[in-house]
Amino acid sequence: MCYPSDPMSGRSLLDKVWDAHSVRELPGGQTQLFIGLHLIHEVTSPQAFDSLREMGLRARFPGRTFATVDHIVPTHTRKRPLADDLAEQMLQALERNTSESGIRFFDDASGRQGIVHVIGPELGLTQPGMTIACGDSHTSTHGAFGALAFGIGTSQVRDVLATQCLTMARPKVRRIEVGGKLASGVYAKDVILAIIRRLGVNGGIGFAYEYAGAVLESMSIEERLTVCNMSIEGGARCGYVNPDDATYDYLRGREFSPRGAAWDRAVAWWRSIASDPNAAYANRVTLEGGAIAPSVTFGINPGQNVAVDERLPRLEDVSPDSRASLEEAYAFMALRPGAPIAGTPIDVAFIGSCTNGRISDLREAARVARTGRVAHGVRALVVPGSRAVAREAEEEGLPEVFRAAGFEWREPGCSMCLAMNPDKLVGREMCASSSNRNFKGRQGSPTGRTLLMSPAMVAAAALRGVVADVREVL
Amino acid sequence: MEARISRVAGTACVLRGDDIDTDRIIPARYLRAVTFEGLGEHAFEDDRKQAKGDHPLDVRRFRGASILVVGRNFGCGSSREHAPQALMRRGFRAFVGASFAEIFFGNCTALGLPCVTLAHGDLVRLMDSVELDPAQEVAVDLAARTVTCRAGSFPASVPDGARGQLLEGSWNATSVLLEAGDAIESTARRLPYVNGFAG
Repeated sequence: MCYPSDPMSGRSLLDKVWDAHSVRELPGGQTQLFIGLHLIHEVTSPQAFDSLREMGLRARFPGRTFATVDHIVPTHTRKRPLADDLAEQMLQALERNTSESGIRFFDDASGRQGIVHVIGPELGLTQPGMTIACGDSHTSTHGAFGALAFGIGTSQVRDVLATQCLTMARPKVRRIEVGGKLASGVYAKDVILAIIRRLGVNGGIGFAYEYAGAVLESMSIEERLTVCNMSIEGGARCGYVNPDDATYDYLRGREFSPRGAAWDRAVAWWRSIASDPNAAYANRVTLEGGAIAPSVTFGINPGQNVAVDERLPRLEDVSPDSRASLEEAYAFMALRPGAPIAGTPIDVAFIGSCTNGRISDLREAARVARTGRVAHGVRALVVPGSRAVAREAEEEGLPEVFRAAGFEWREPGCSMCLAMNPDKLVGREMCASSSNRNFKGRQGSPTGRTLLMSPAMVAAAALRGVVADVREVL
Repeated sequence: MEARISRVAGTACVLRGDDIDTDRIIPARYLRAVTFEGLGEHAFEDDRKQAKGDHPLDVRRFRGASILVVGRNFGCGSSREHAPQALMRRGFRAFVGASFAEIFFGNCTALGLPCVTLAHGDLVRLMDSVELDPAQEVAVDLAARTVTCRAGSFPASVPDGARGQLLEGSWNATSVLLEAGDAIESTARRLPYVNGFAG
């Protein structure tokens, strides 16, 4: 079934995909929405399986759920049993639950393990026009393909296992157009940081973000994944980019992509679900891509960010209602209003995560790493997003580049993005990080501090020992 | 059918600040578990340690509170249901704030915990009133869409869908979703990708 453009009333991708997946309308304006792809991991699923068993239910569409292990895996060794007994229990629970339910589990032995939001796309599981759910807020990542992808809690993981459906309220759609062209040294990470800075960390509540404009159109799929990944950091329920030829080129030949005659039918359907040119939106926001600079967070939420050559905002520069959180941020980060962010000393550099742990991220970081050595006293980690990313990097000789520069090359996983494994900040350490959250305590030390930036910027900070402008390095 | 939730009344605790994320509500190290048991004692653990006994969850005047009054974008960040689970296991039964992050809101609804929002001025009045007299009863009335304290009865907003689920006792969505029966399979059959784009 295709959706011809209606010249009278255009529809957005969200409307088309939503309507196609609507099982029925529920009271109060909610929809029972069919979920085409369900991804699970070890942290948010064990209680869902327990609850399913307590209700006497089984997975209804086990073939539409796929599992991996990413949050708790150590990155220095994968020896079983895992040294952390709690982590080992979680992994065993996932092994048991997936095997009992007939769900495919991409574990280490499969050669396909990795961060759930990295492997979905690279396996071709993530496709345009799908509804996708995962018990992880960064599920918004998958929107890069023109899918509606929702982060959910554990009770909802149970809902999806039991019924392959969710109870959802239809979000409004905000179209965010980034025009022009990015300057050299400016990356997808800087684009999404600029969007969140402009719209705020709560500006997206009630919305899906549709990213568009020349900058998004010229981005690779991996770059679009970075942008969509942090939709949740802007408060949006999900974020997406309309599918185009770049999307289809990326998907062609992947393990779970359609083949042969089915491929042509798939592309025709995928084209038909893109937003119509005359689609109606709740509102529109435009940004000029050429004005975006390499960005760095300085506070305790991702909206608190500045261009690397900018000075930190003074308390009197911001609106009264954000002054208290700015004061809290400066107190926690031990940074001074009005000071430059460039030159801020760092202790740790982390390159990886579902935001920036893909091969193109590692290539950009390696370009910088080739220009020098990690500064004395800086601990620098490179954690590939998946086994496949690690393999590709190895074929290109990237581990050697990183090691020669003084970085550690690790096994794939979420690692120091949220530090549920042994990779943690210690005490007040300051970390230049390519991850997605600079929340208090996020990287494993309650008083540890995070500066979010692009992977190339993290590499530059690692070499200089301080926050540095990657444009001066490249 | 679960319990119908139309009104939550009790003493309240005021937790000021915007954009309080779920990593702060329950640090990730406590997610290393296969159950939600014991999470209550670790709610806001790092913030509480840094506040040295002066955190709203620790001060004597808010002890025993069942309603948590918060600012804007409460529960942002990670989708971890461990966050509302920890607060629920600490005794909170309802949340009143300026706004809630959507995944947190959905998780709360799935646990039968109402999240309602007040207009800015009303929220300030509620917070001030509760701080002045923490022993007073605060009532979150979903049926009437109000939050009532000594300072007055304020109109509260809550999305119709979640409100209906709580009022009707259908907040455990699984049972409601199951009622769709074969309509689930027939929706799946209409989706071209579910059958591999067969011609």
